Amino acid sequence: MAAIRTKPDHHTYTFPGFGSEKFPNLMLRGAGDLDNWHLKNYEQRHEGYVAMKAALKMEPVAVTEEVKASGLRGRGGAGFPAGLKWSFMPKDTADRKLTRYLVCNGDEGEPGTFKDRVILEYNPHQLIEGMIIGGWAMQCAMGYVYIRGEFLWLIEKLEAAIQQARDAGYLGKNILGTGWDYDILVYRGAGAYICGEETALLNSLEGRRGEPRVKPPFPAAKGAFGQPTTVNNVETLAAVPPILRMGGAEYAKIGSPKNSGTRIFGVSGHVKRPGIYELPMGTPMNFLVEELCGGSSTGKKIKAIIPGGSSCPMLDEKDFDVPMDFDNLKARGSMGGSGGLIVMDESVCMVQVTLRLIKFYAHESCGQCTPCREGCNWLEMILHRIEHGEGRMEDLDLIASLTPRIGMRTLCPLGDAACGPVDSALQKFRHEFEHHITHKTCYVQGSHLLSTLGAH
Amino acid sequence: MNHPQSPETSKEVLAPGQRLPESERKEFSPEAVAEIQAIMAQYPDKLAATLPALYIAQREFGFVSLAAMKAVARAIGIPEGHVFGVATFYTMFQKKPVGKFHFSVCTNISCALRGAAQLLEKVCERTGVKPGQGPSPDGMWSVEEVECLAGCGVAPCVQVNQDVYDELVDEQKLVEVMEACKRGDYRPWAE
Repeated sequence: MAAIRTKPDHHTYTFPGFGSEKFPNLMLRGAGDLDNWHLKNYEQRHEGYVAMKAALKMEPVAVTEEVKASGLRGRGGAGFPAGLKWSFMPKDTADRKLTRYLVCNGDEGEPGTFKDRVILEYNPHQLIEGMIIGGWAMQCAMGYVYIRGEFLWLIEKLEAAIQQARDAGYLGKNILGTGWDYDILVYRGAGAYICGEETALLNSLEGRRGEPRVKPPFPAAKGAFGQPTTVNNVETLAAVPPILRMGGAEYAKIGSPKNSGTRIFGVSGHVKRPGIYELPMGTPMNFLVEELCGGSSTGKKIKAIIPGGSSCPMLDEKDFDVPMDFDNLKARGSMGGSGGLIVMDESVCMVQVTLRLIKFYAHESCGQCTPCREGCNWLEMILHRIEHGEGRMEDLDLIASLTPRIGMRTLCPLGDAACGPVDSALQKFRHEFEHHITHKTCYVQGSHLLSTLGAH
Repeated sequence: MNHPQSPETSKEVLAPGQRLPESERKEFSPEAVAEIQAIMAQYPDKLAATLPALYIAQREFGFVSLAAMKAVARAIGIPEGHVFGVATFYTMFQKKPVGKFHFSVCTNISCALRGAAQLLEKVCERTGVKPGQGPSPDGMWSVEEVECLAGCGVAPCVQVNQDVYDELVDEQKLVEVMEACKRGDYRPWAE
């Protein structure tokens, strides 16, 4: 076994009051402690595997009920209630024709999102514990953790942690005398954003191209290797042990109504202290950006914030007070997404930002559905010519007529995701696009993004 | 236009029927075949070994050549077309030779806001290779522009050999990283 590599981490994750009752640290317990991947440290310092031992004494259905009671919503982007998702799995656990799988989605690729890597770096055992509890609740035979290929050092670390759990008897045959066999395997992705979509992830896990599947059948009926499968985000599964420790009802009190618990927010862009912050759901966005992150790093005013990874429609000044939970962000015309905030100051040209984002989606479209494959490329071409001073006024209407023909017309949400930033930028910063067309240059001076950037 | 110009990017696209570059190696080593078979045994379906086997091929062949794809298909016992489809779908399988130290520079939005464009320019200047082009004449460097590496909070972010991240990279840090590569502090490509 190669030596486990640890990396000094430049992410900030703590602030005055963190860990108090007001700002509980449920998922970032142990953050900063590079030895926390040792099972004994996790058990001694952070009540490790207490929840798992309690869960294994409960009926599997009771565990699911506890998670339902907590109101935990999936942290991957859609915010679907996790307990409900678990209950979609076939009920008859005595049916031996079916093999149930739990798949953890660690294909963190959404621009602006970097939360899962902090959990994997500092708290791998909490994820393993969450996967054992989830596996028990759904009576799974196997758990797979799909991690993006770039996180090789984290994959090695997680595999070492899994081996420790095996040695401790928490994984393998007849776990703690329950008669239940369960193990976890780590699967390394190979660089495809689309594999963050659950059915594309399942295809990738099966060794195929990462193309999303037609739904139904949903993964709970026919998922990995044709068997019932539940796919949960790393953060969702890492939230399960604290829920079992404190009880679902208690967990539901944290955060805002119908959006319980804490969430890991990642802030990037033009702020003084970018990084990772765990906060209760419903924390106002300006508190995070101004108080915790120290506001603008350039001294210029903040112009726009993308609240949950690049797929979410951007917000302008009037919405900076929004409480960050799924429902409030939706009410303001955006999304909770994956919790990655991208902060942009006044010096940024929105045409360049939009072009850069649409290039990403055009590059990452799997090519299966025509509206997304062709539409994203068309959007890129139109935005490219606006950016290069060759735009026409009717191009703006063309964009507005194109996006509704992409969104909701594809198998997976990548098409919708591509339209979010384009639509919102055009709606909120239309004058910058018009300025680009009439003056053939940026509305702001000295924007330093490059219009030519993008993977090829 | 008031925009700075980025380094010229190679837009070479393979013409229909044109072959991918070939590798010297044509076959897996026996150890690699054993490794692939062990992976196949872990999954309910042997097809699942395709991605891990391609990583092994990349390690052994230096990059994923057509011969490497064929070797993967033979080792698992699956159609060559399937392996070709998978290998060309994922960006982390290099279909062309790369340098001993392959720099992946993230230029997505969070990194771009913090100077990824300027960093990319410096990387190209110091290594003497353009993004997407083959390794430098001494075989040391190659550069690639990639999408989000999940290092947004510590942007701009560069990855060396799909293995180690380097974050908050400015020109000074870049020089340090390149020196560390020359010293052998980083695992070279395909090792």
